[in-house]
Amino acid sequence: MVVILDLAVQGAQMLVVLLLAPLLTGFVRKVKARLTHRRGPPLLQPYRDLLRLMRKEVVLADNASWLFRVIPYVVFACTWVAAALVPTFATGLAFSWVADLIAIIALLASARFCLALAAMDAGTSFGGIGSSREMMIASLAEPAMIMIVFTLALVASSTQLSSIVQFVASGDVGLRVSLGLALVALVMVAIAENARIPVDNPATHLELTMVHEAMVLEYSGRHLALIDLAASLKLLLYVSLIGCVFAPWGIATTDSGPAAYLVGFGAYLGKLAIGGFLLALFETSIAKMRVFRVPEFMGAALMLGLLATLLLFVSRGM
Amino acid sequence: MSPVTITLLATAALLAVSVLAVGIGRNKDAYRLIYGSCLAVTIIVLTAALVQLLGASAPSGVRLPLGLPWIGAHFRLDALSAFFLAVTALGGAAASLYALGYGQHEQAQTRVLPFYPAFLAGMILVVLADDAFSFLVAWEFMSLASWALVLAHHRDAGNTRAGYVYLTMASFGTFALLLAFGLLAGSDGGYAFGAMREAQRAPDIAGLAMLLVLIGAGSKAGLVPLHVWLPLAHPAAPSHVSALMSGVMTKVAIYGFVRVAFDLAGAPTDWLSALVIAVGAATAVLGILFALMQQDIKRILACSTIENVGLIFVSLGLALAFKAQGMAWAAAVAASAALLHVFNHSLIKSLLFFGSGAILHATGERDIERLGGLIHRMPQTAVVFLVGSAAIAALPPLNGFVSEWLAFQAILLSPQLQAWGLKFLVPAAGAMLALSAALAAACFVRLYGISFLGRARSPAADRAHETDRFSLAAMAMLAALCLIVGILPGLFVDALQNAVGVVVGATLPPQRTMAWLSIVPIVEERSSYNGLLVFVFIASTASLAAYVIHRVASNRVRRGPAWDCGFPDPRPMTQYSGASFAQPIRRVFGATILGAGERVEMPPPGSVAPARLTVTLRDRIWDGLYAPVVTGVTVATERLNRLQFLAIRQYLSLVFGVLVFLLLVLAAWS
Repeated sequence: MVVILDLAVQGAQMLVVLLLAPLLTGFVRKVKARLTHRRGPPLLQPYRDLLRLMRKEVVLADNASWLFRVIPYVVFACTWVAAALVPTFATGLAFSWVADLIAIIALLASARFCLALAAMDAGTSFGGIGSSREMMIASLAEPAMIMIVFTLALVASSTQLSSIVQFVASGDVGLRVSLGLALVALVMVAIAENARIPVDNPATHLELTMVHEAMVLEYSGRHLALIDLAASLKLLLYVSLIGCVFAPWGIATTDSGPAAYLVGFGAYLGKLAIGGFLLALFETSIAKMRVFRVPEFMGAALMLGLLATLLLFVSRGM
Repeated sequence: MSPVTITLLATAALLAVSVLAVGIGRNKDAYRLIYGSCLAVTIIVLTAALVQLLGASAPSGVRLPLGLPWIGAHFRLDALSAFFLAVTALGGAAASLYALGYGQHEQAQTRVLPFYPAFLAGMILVVLADDAFSFLVAWEFMSLASWALVLAHHRDAGNTRAGYVYLTMASFGTFALLLAFGLLAGSDGGYAFGAMREAQRAPDIAGLAMLLVLIGAGSKAGLVPLHVWLPLAHPAAPSHVSALMSGVMTKVAIYGFVRVAFDLAGAPTDWLSALVIAVGAATAVLGILFALMQQDIKRILACSTIENVGLIFVSLGLALAFKAQGMAWAAAVAASAALLHVFNHSLIKSLLFFGSGAILHATGERDIERLGGLIHRMPQTAVVFLVGSAAIAALPPLNGFVSEWLAFQAILLSPQLQAWGLKFLVPAAGAMLALSAALAAACFVRLYGISFLGRARSPAADRAHETDRFSLAAMAMLAALCLIVGILPGLFVDALQNAVGVVVGATLPPQRTMAWLSIVPIVEERSSYNGLLVFVFIASTASLAAYVIHRVASNRVRRGPAWDCGFPDPRPMTQYSGASFAQPIRRVFGATILGAGERVEMPPPGSVAPARLTVTLRDRIWDGLYAPVVTGVTVATERLNRLQFLAIRQYLSLVFGVLVFLLLVLAAWS
């Protein structure tokens, strides 16, 4: 019975992230439009875009290989599996032991590796520029993320995300400087990883500054739909991650009743709304920076993460 | 017959094959016989090693009446040697299988065939040796055989220099090892490893011996700053030998360090483990940065070997630190990470060097800037090379990620270490490991993307063809192993626990009893990873998505010219090149670490002269450490050269002066 319930929660979690991801993207766009005194597209526009793209035919570049056609599915699968393992409305997911936080980060790295390869497949200069810059940004964002994971893991003495969330939710954690540093670093990494302003601009085209959009320039039809959906899932993953680790209020723990799940779900929707609103507010109040300022931005995140870990290493000995 | 006897007989057979190759090397088909027998012998050795490793039987030893008369030559096979013997034999078997196809293209058969079996025999003997004398003889034998193979194509540009630098560094490394064994043997000359293990020695002496072994074995493994020979020598050899040198010989060097530091020298000290961790982390980051800046495909792979050796040494340093503190279970996690990465890297690097050999034969090019689009013309090589690239970039669900994950788990146990230096060092080392993993992903996106994807950048790349069956079989076998280790890591972690037990005196809990074949180094609440389910989830969601979308939405495809923002250019030269791919990373990391500089020569307006971008890279370690030594030696030899042109009476007075000086010293001494 317990097993069935756990599996049901895990299944619900997979569907929830998949269905909510485009909504979050649409919500951020809507808030950004309102903040700049535009009416903006309707909230459900991303769903319509995805459906329309899925039904269109795919135009492949003459030179594209089989890899180009396979990679959208792999990118989508890696991102979806990673997003399904981050607790959203309940901890104690049935498969949380399959991949801990390090493995979740690595799954996103797999998706990025594939996408960067696909960008180079058609043999165009825009694909190359996107791929090269994405890997440069990732080369700093990924160690910063690992340092954040170290901080969380040392606080909760576990790299299992469910254990971390349960520990933080239990209230034993108190107020810690390292966790504050880790939060700032995680927000910076999340902005870079999701190609948001000031690192990259998700709304830009035909600019030499773009990174993510340059990589997917050759994609069309269902392939583009999958890659867009994966990008939405990744944004949802990071908002959920920040929400469940730094604001675990309301999240349903194991062996709680259906009411707790409902409360958890409501709290989760609230967290997504707040996260999306803050992101939109941040994006409208800051300008995009030059590509070669990004390493300084990511270097700061790395230093913050390293500082947080060092503090824990040193304080553990006393 | 015990496994050690079988292995010694097999080594003798390899040496006999080597002699045979001298005789029949000129025959056009000799390579089949030579590589075929090497394949058979290495499979026998692999079986013997696995029997010893998995059987958990007592170490078996043999004493032969060779070498120094009063000790003889000792050979012994315990679980640690058996693990490294298995790595050596598996790498040797894969290389021999590959060479059954690749060997036919060799131009200089007579300079490769005799040395190849000898090289294999040398590596096997190093792992078997159980006294200092046999160890050093086998070590030198391995060095010289590989040196001969490096010089197989000695007329190609740069190869003579590579051979010279390699020989110098190999002699230097052996010299350090010689001193280390001298210290360990002590004044009563116990050169057998058994005697060294029993002997009591002061911590300073043990630490000094470990430092010397770190220098000696580290120079062979490619630790910074002793790595300078490696990117020159490994690529110079024929590709199957490059695979052996990078995939296996560096592991034999690591065996030398593990054997002395963990087994023979006694209790480790904190400063030494800190030094090993620091050197390992620096090696990892510098190695992969060097790799990102290269454009020769084999040199990229050789530099990436330096990175992986760094990763292994970080884990080994952690294991030393945990062992010094008596945290045997944590040391077991770190040692498992190190040994698993030894195995993983031997698989991946052999696979990638085989792939580079296939490219070299199909196109005649090693420069990635002249490749491109090979995925269309070498489809099967492209698949296995992709597996290798993803595995070495530490991506799940492949094997490279598993050992990286275990290393991170070991780092997360280290706040309990007492030494303050380590408390500051280990988090920084963790950050550098993560940095090198991310840079490795960039490096292999670059290598794979430039050489296999896009459009052909030269006519040679356009005319490339798929490689032969034997080469493909060897590569496919290694790629399959990479995937199997990645999705069933528990079985392989279990298999090396006997060796881990020899290294640190403790083992991980048995993994094969864990639910769904997860790996759980300590307890499940703390951390676990299940490669099998990750693989199943990715595969099933990807195929489900593909099926649903093709059925419900659309499955139509149309081919058209590339979009490229409306400005497609049909000339392949307008694609992104390897140099342009590396440019952002060169700008971020290169200026300080690699001394990278860019110079743009822009012709004046109106001129039709081409604009030029010149990139200069300097190896600061070569400039700072080696160049002064080279200058010093040159100056000194020129001064000493005068001694050659003295008159006889000057020589006589010189001899007389030295004699008087020595007598004076003797008088003062006694």
